Amino acid sequence: MGLGKIARRSFLIGTAALGAGVAFGVYSYRREGENPLRAGLAPDAAALTPYVLLDPEGVTLITPRADVGQGAASVQAHLLAEELDVDPAEVRLSPGPASPVYHNGKVAAEGMPLAAWDDGFAARTGRAASEVAGKLMGLHLTGGSTTVPDMYDRLRAAGASARETLKAAAAARLGVPAETLRTEGGRVIWAEGALPYAELIPALAEVEVVQDVPLRDPSDWRHLGRPHRRVDIVAKSVGTFRYGGDLVLEDMVHATVVTNPTRGGGVVSMDASEAEAMRGVEAVLPITDGAAVLADNDWRAFKAARALRFEWGGAGPRDDSLLEMHAAALDGDRDSAFTDEGDVDAAPGKRIEAEYRVPFLHHAPLEPATATVRYTPEATEIWVATQAPIFVAEAVARLTGQDREQVTVHVLPAGGSFGHRLEHEWVEQATEIARQVPGRPIRLMLSREQDMTHGFYRPMAMARGRGTVETGQVRSLDLAVAAQSVAESQLGRLGYPALGPDVAIVAGAWDAPYTLPDRRITGHRVPATVPVSSWRSVGASHNGFFLESLMDELIHEAGADPVEERLRLLSHAPSRRVLETVAEMASWNGPEGKRGVAFAFSFGVPVAQIMEVRETSQGIVMDRLWIAAELGRVLDPVNAEAQLSGGALFGIGHAIAAEITFGGAGPEQQNFDTYESLRLWQVPQVEVRALGSGGSIRGVGEPGLPPAAPALANAIFAATGTRLRRMPFSAEMRFA
Amino acid sequence: MRIRVNGTDHEVDFEEDMPLLWLLRDELGIHGPKYGCGIGQCGACTVHLDGVAVRACQVWAADVGAAEVTTIEGLGTEDAPHPVQQAWIDLQVAQCGYCQPGQVMQAASLLNETPNPTDAEIDDAMSGNLCRCASYPRIRAAVRRAAGQEGA
Ligand code: FES
Ligand code: FES
Repeated sequence: MGLGKIARRSFLIGTAALGAGVAFGVYSYRREGENPLRAGLAPDAAALTPYVLLDPEGVTLITPRADVGQGAASVQAHLLAEELDVDPAEVRLSPGPASPVYHNGKVAAEGMPLAAWDDGFAARTGRAASEVAGKLMGLHLTGGSTTVPDMYDRLRAAGASARETLKAAAAARLGVPAETLRTEGGRVIWAEGALPYAELIPALAEVEVVQDVPLRDPSDWRHLGRPHRRVDIVAKSVGTFRYGGDLVLEDMVHATVVTNPTRGGGVVSMDASEAEAMRGVEAVLPITDGAAVLADNDWRAFKAARALRFEWGGAGPRDDSLLEMHAAALDGDRDSAFTDEGDVDAAPGKRIEAEYRVPFLHHAPLEPATATVRYTPEATEIWVATQAPIFVAEAVARLTGQDREQVTVHVLPAGGSFGHRLEHEWVEQATEIARQVPGRPIRLMLSREQDMTHGFYRPMAMARGRGTVETGQVRSLDLAVAAQSVAESQLGRLGYPALGPDVAIVAGAWDAPYTLPDRRITGHRVPATVPVSSWRSVGASHNGFFLESLMDELIHEAGADPVEERLRLLSHAPSRRVLETVAEMASWNGPEGKRGVAFAFSFGVPVAQIMEVRETSQGIVMDRLWIAAELGRVLDPVNAEAQLSGGALFGIGHAIAAEITFGGAGPEQQNFDTYESLRLWQVPQVEVRALGSGGSIRGVGEPGLPPAAPALANAIFAATGTRLRRMPFSAEMRFA
Repeated sequence: MRIRVNGTDHEVDFEEDMPLLWLLRDELGIHGPKYGCGIGQCGACTVHLDGVAVRACQVWAADVGAAEVTTIEGLGTEDAPHPVQQAWIDLQVAQCGYCQPGQVMQAASLLNETPNPTDAEIDDAMSGNLCRCASYPRIRAAVRRAAGQEGA
């Protein structure tokens, strides 16, 4: 068993994650992995670092973090291009192979109780150890808004190393000192001409890779820090961009599946006679928990799948019992109490209490889950949009009984994810099908109904908040949050234990940088029932709402101003800055019977938002939304705005109208008619300010979400006097 | 039977009830129109019939008759984008991009009929097209830009 595997086996969440790094020592950590581009490299090609590939056609940049719409491909390309001196629009991009070399060094820290604003010795040590763990575990993974923080130095260093190596090769070939050469537009320039990088491939064999090249000062940047044109923007605007469902391989079969809406319930009986007789249907094949239809096009497969008659086994959970489990968890033992200051039970002042809750939610990216698999006994090839290619490869190898090396994953771009493509159940289904038709590629596309009812959902969560106010100020705050553990559910599916307290249950609440004399945040773990997963901003997706609603209730009770009182309680300078900025953007002058404010700190990014609403005879209208965020450094202002605004609106849309409910026979929502989504006519005017005031650089895909729903709820309270404590808000409030 | 798509005639053989979306995607290999819901709720499959936006998942291919089908591939190209596509490029509307062929076709149809739409007309016309990435503010701005209403 390799070190990486052992490390992953013992991947413990919570403080115990430290152990993995320490136990294996520094030796294996320092050892650089084999450059995965070398395997199968053509003789006339060269791999300069794991991120830069040269062949006679030119340069290919490897961008291993998955692009799920958040712009990861573009930002990775620009980080490399900034040092390599190529035009990102002129080179090819590839996500590269699944490899531990592309491990994510930052994501493991998200599972640890380390506040991102904490710069103390223990927190720094913990973060360093979690980077070691991420490397040892070979976590080739996209998530946790880590692409930019994790790749910021790494890709620039790779670009610089490749550039200097190319210069060394040119110097050797030309017989001139490397210092006399410079690079521009994918060429090495010398006194009498220019050499395209690709022409230097033979000369590269003669030189050593130049390491540890100093990085350019940001003041010299040509790409980073200013608006980029996304590398995919033209193709996505004219309709030529290709997704997994557009892949066509020779001799390919179209497939779809129908499985028990109660996962694991199995099949009691199936009647496939009608389906099998339908035009274009090649076969109906059994798979785990259901059946697959193979046909000559997607629609014929869908149509035949609807004609399958099943009697399902197993009994599914129901919302009423799930709610009881959450209430019982709040009454029961704590999973965590990472924040416990002063004595909340003895805090003086007037006391208020409130209970909040949120439902299960599906990621529901607009592109339904799709995977293509070709199996032969010798090798399995997979084409799929995934955030975790190594997990996919390992899962498939387990199913086929093949070695990991016999399984190749081609990573495709995704039509959205929001965390969904950290899962891979549909790849396993496609593999089960492919094994029954060896040699033929099968392209599995889930129907929207199958996709909607077989999600790995954002957990339901419930919270009890208490607090006291005294002399016009918030004095104490006590928030208890109950939810299933996402880490336990996700790691369990991968075959790894998740021990220790789950940070995600309280993320965005326990680490909020408020300072109060008496403050406690406790997590309560609900026993695993419905499989749950990371949904955009994970725990902060509900805790932003719980904490900022409670905070707003306390501030209202105290008779204080919602911005002023939060500023009084926030000691963290970047957090104060975003709140001051958003107040200035909105010309804040109190709630004015229409405005609500909220603040949240997640993935290292403080974000403040102000929402302005209007009550009309048709219901609530959202007029304006202001967003301010501190990213440390802004690499692309255009994308930062898109992600912050997209995250906020994604949060608002779900808060208003979306829920996955369970009535005993699986999820009750089948499609976008009942799983409602934000639509254009609801969208307020949005104004974003992304600050880059220095400090650690941060990612932007998730942090826009947590403050959005509470800003809306707080605005609705200002406008109507009704306090919304439960999502979806539409259950209690009419929206125009 | 015969169907005309993006100016080209195709001879095809298919079931009466096959939706136009799947005829385009699976039989003709035209992948611009996307499948998002299959029930007329998301707009990812939007194409034009004689210049008017329809949900291709809700139109039986057999009912198309002599109407001219235009998909996003027939609207413009990478080298010669349609003004709506150009506005989408200039304002960098797309995130994951999966909804955008439908958004662009819906917007082009709106501007065919109403070259200078009001904000309310834009919201009305575009609200049947979901964008799960919530690129909505830029969709709104790009429609205005394509209509020549805004400089930036
Ligand atoms: S696929 Fe046609 S409207 Fe959704
Ligand atoms: S850009 Fe992703 S669904 Fe619209």
